[in-house]
Amino acid sequence: MSAVAVTVPARRSGWRQLLGFNVFTGVLLGLGGWFLGHFIGTQIHGESLEYYSTEAGQNDIAIFLGYGLGVLGFLIGLGFLNYPLRRMLGHPPSLAERESEEYGLMRYFSLCTDHKVVAKQYMVGIGFWFAVGGLNAMMIRTELLRPDVHTFGADTYLTLVGMHGSMMMGTMTSGILGPLANWLVPIMIGSRRMAFSRIESFTFWILMAAEVLLVTTLIFGGFQTGWTGYQPLGDQGVAGYDAYIGFFALVGVSMTLLGFNIIATVVTMRAPGMSWSRLPIFVWGALSTAALMLLAPPMLVATLLMAMLDRTAQTAFFIPGNGGSSYLFENLFWFFGHPEVYILALPGFGIVLELLPVFSRKPLWGYRLAVAGMLGVGFLSFFVWQHHLFVSGIDADVRPFYMLSTELISLPTGFIFLCAMGTLWRGRIRLTVPMWFCIAWAFNFLWGGISGVFNSDVPSDVTTHGSFFVMAHFHYTIMGGLVFAFFAGIYYWAPKMYGWKFNETLAKIHFWLLFVAFNSTFGPLFALGFMGMPRRVVTYPLGMKFLNDWVSASAYTIALAMLIFLANVIWSFVIKREPAESNPWHAKSIEFELADPVPVYNFERIPVFAPDPYPYGVEQPAPALASGGGS
Amino acid sequence: MSAATTPGQDPQPKRDHHWRNVVILWLLASAIFDPLILIVWGPGLPPGNASVQAHGQVIDNQVLFGVAIPVAAAVIVYFAYVLWAFRERNPEVVVDGPPIRGNATVQFWWLAITTTIVLFLAAFGTIRLLEDGSGGGQGPSPIAVPASATKDPPLQVQVIAQQWEFTYRYPSYGGVETRFLELPANTLIEFHVTSLDVIHSFWAYKLGVKADANPGVDDVAYVHTVGPTTFTVHCAELCGLWHGYMFNSGRVVPKAQFASWIAQQERTYAPATKVLPPYSKTYFPSPLRRGG
Amino acid sequence: MSSLTKRALAVAIAFAALGAGIGAYVAVYLTAAPPPLAAAQTPAGVQLYVATVPAAGPLASHPTWVSYYRVDAQSHHWRHTTTWVVPAHALVHVTIYQYDSSTGLRNPFLSEVAGTVGGVMMLNGKAVRAVSPDAPAHTFAIPQLGVSVPLPGVSDNAKNPCGQAPCSLSNAHETISFTFRAPGRGLYRWQCFVPCAAGFIQGNGGPMQTIGYMGGFIKVV
Repeated sequence: MSAVAVTVPARRSGWRQLLGFNVFTGVLLGLGGWFLGHFIGTQIHGESLEYYSTEAGQNDIAIFLGYGLGVLGFLIGLGFLNYPLRRMLGHPPSLAERESEEYGLMRYFSLCTDHKVVAKQYMVGIGFWFAVGGLNAMMIRTELLRPDVHTFGADTYLTLVGMHGSMMMGTMTSGILGPLANWLVPIMIGSRRMAFSRIESFTFWILMAAEVLLVTTLIFGGFQTGWTGYQPLGDQGVAGYDAYIGFFALVGVSMTLLGFNIIATVVTMRAPGMSWSRLPIFVWGALSTAALMLLAPPMLVATLLMAMLDRTAQTAFFIPGNGGSSYLFENLFWFFGHPEVYILALPGFGIVLELLPVFSRKPLWGYRLAVAGMLGVGFLSFFVWQHHLFVSGIDADVRPFYMLSTELISLPTGFIFLCAMGTLWRGRIRLTVPMWFCIAWAFNFLWGGISGVFNSDVPSDVTTHGSFFVMAHFHYTIMGGLVFAFFAGIYYWAPKMYGWKFNETLAKIHFWLLFVAFNSTFGPLFALGFMGMPRRVVTYPLGMKFLNDWVSASAYTIALAMLIFLANVIWSFVIKREPAESNPWHAKSIEFELADPVPVYNFERIPVFAPDPYPYGVEQPAPALASGGGS
Repeated sequence: MSAATTPGQDPQPKRDHHWRNVVILWLLASAIFDPLILIVWGPGLPPGNASVQAHGQVIDNQVLFGVAIPVAAAVIVYFAYVLWAFRERNPEVVVDGPPIRGNATVQFWWLAITTTIVLFLAAFGTIRLLEDGSGGGQGPSPIAVPASATKDPPLQVQVIAQQWEFTYRYPSYGGVETRFLELPANTLIEFHVTSLDVIHSFWAYKLGVKADANPGVDDVAYVHTVGPTTFTVHCAELCGLWHGYMFNSGRVVPKAQFASWIAQQERTYAPATKVLPPYSKTYFPSPLRRGG
Repeated sequence: MSSLTKRALAVAIAFAALGAGIGAYVAVYLTAAPPPLAAAQTPAGVQLYVATVPAAGPLASHPTWVSYYRVDAQSHHWRHTTTWVVPAHALVHVTIYQYDSSTGLRNPFLSEVAGTVGGVMMLNGKAVRAVSPDAPAHTFAIPQLGVSVPLPGVSDNAKNPCGQAPCSLSNAHETISFTFRAPGRGLYRWQCFVPCAAGFIQGNGGPMQTIGYMGGFIKVV
């Protein structure tokens, strides 16, 4: 698709920039929708549901209708209905909205179909909610400083635990695909846009709406179930649990559509010469994640719909006394929940394997094996979920199978490690900040993976299930894996995305402080779990106080490291703004061949890709140069 | 940007010793840490040896550590070594390395070795699990029943989890219900864990027992007590506001002492036992007690 | 002012405002809790007067929820807090004015008094060891100390029942009193074991799962 002449309105000045459909009109219409929905709900059932006596003092129908119409209002206010309505009225199809530079900064606060803008929106959005989730974690650790003095009420504490878990799980699943895959995947396959650009913007905005929904739980009394939302405990809860349902329902929709968009893009929009065996490994990572994102979240949405019906329409899916089953929820949830954690792990694999060739100056070792590893992990992740339920009273016959399948997942994960290790062998290794984060990824994920093997062994799991050992395990894989890879990706690609340099000293301090503080925080949690401390508890035996205090102090240090990163971002990207080099890492991949700043349509002409995605050590033109594309 | 990106001429001499160095370092690391963990820490590994099942878990953990340490050592030693041996000393230089894309032999052996390890661990874990149940809840139809159950009928103890306290019923002692768990030593105990409201989890750490309490479900877990000891019982599944406070203590005492204790409980709780529902594997306190 | 300085200042102000806002929210709102109130020290020993009501009334943020209140010997001075302070190792005499109607126990085991001095409670002046399992409106239990006392409900055809707090002794009520020995220093939780949260599934939501209504702390100093 060559550059098309597009009529663009002259850039508006001052407050007139705010006219039109954007996040501000979205918020206005969203609030209006909330009040309308709530009003309709109270008309249906009065202040309180008839089934419940009036003492409950809450109307879940009104709340869900309020949320539903509020989100709808938000989306309408952003302008998502405009294109469908225009098409219904006979206007010609168009793929672009607000893609020109003429729209200025307001692009970032509206529906914009430029995939690079959406990626940057994600970057800030994910970063913000990650920080809020981290703040929740700091509050949790503050509570756990003393077992016999409570900083927060025991009910508030459980809500904080639930918010921390939900926010992190809901936000970070799009944490790499949102900011980085949206920016890189079209470029890496030689496309100008994603397959469905409005849906791309939709996934971002609905995620933001979801986060706001989650925070409203504090207004309605919080929820006592943690991020797993087990029933029938959730059904017992006050209206705050509705916010949890609303949050994950919207997150599920966002994830499904994001995955679907990535798959459609990679399958249909690859440039000439970009065959499947030439895809950069990052794209394979995004693709395998997208497959899981397509298949798993719908299960969650359906499960939460049942929970919502239990709370409003007086069904009893999960209420054992009335014919329902608590097992039903556990199994439905974990059928989503396990692929969910691989959605968190796989993009990390993609980033690390993409960066290691650049910093070893060698091709990716075992490309096919790496792809097989990613696809294998994705495939197997659907066959292991009962390992969350080993001692829950499931039929004992199935446990050996799930023990085996869970142990087997370490095989494709091992491939990823092997390819990383092979790429480093005899390389010319440069230890830059992104490289350090990749190496830290390997260290952290090693311990996360090994502790996973302990958990998969049923006899060992009898003691460690539901204890802090499991907490340490998944923080090592998710935070030590994904978040470290996320930072590697940010330090690596943000200079190209934004055009500014990071401050090197602050970056190095951030890395070392984070790495040491992270291990200091979560390492002792293995010990606490082995010593018998259950999860999600507000008190613990006095003998565990020293370790808990150590962990809390280390957690505060993690917060300090993150603040240093934030300071680096503000100093480098807002205040100082020193222009970055076009290819600071001397990488031979296409995104660094692009002009600065990257033009809206990415390339003048669609590039023709050279045969090798990692042409290190061989005499071969870099991808885009072969066609003269780029600048 | 003065960096040259010419294809790498591998500057190393014809034969070098990198592989040998890695293997030696790995053997050293394993030789130090494996015995340290297995022999020095080994017998003291969690959850301790206060019951046959707990001891079984200790053995499992020893095997897992025994396998995990060399694997972890291999990866860590390898990374540490390559970062030292192949590091570009001069940060200004950007030179390509050799274009090694893979090695079928290495891939094959890696796959073979890791698959063997994984299959071994799965098989070992399964055998150990089926031997004595490992103290885990097995649902209403347990398959891993300890052998001694056929000779001596086990002592049945029902654990009733409710928000937010555990109570215990002894069907063979008139269905008396007690607040504290006391068990006779050297006896096979058959726990029947159930819940009256939401999902809880009965976790007696030192005994190595964990079984989820689901409403309307009978979750069976076996433990064979050994000598006298005290242990704590925690709830291991978030069950609401007081989940963190849902714990109490239990004791394993000599059989005679247990007999006199249970007799005393029967006397003390006689009024309550009269009004309890008949002993059953599950209870559905009805109605749903919406109250009001 | 150069553009750099202006941007730096704007960012600094924005973050200061954000930080202050978050800090204020956490410190003021999130950590808010009902205040701990000490049991009265009288010549007759440590006396704790408590009331249970069918609706917490305008003094509470959830007026329709069942609730405990701290009161005095004449059922005056209604304070909505469930954290009570008692001295260590003291004999604590507890008097509960129970104004709510019966709900019944989920687990009939809890119909028997446990953990009190003498193993009994005084129900309207008579020593009683157990009640019918359908009788309790609430219980008062300190599981860590083994204390469990069922609180029988007001009869359904009683005259002058109390609808919501504050109630007076002229309303229909049951008076339950018992004594327990406080342990050493520490924080012990207490709760009601009757699923009395009307309108919530299994009666265990709402007031049962919110501090300040059907559960709280005994702080032993």
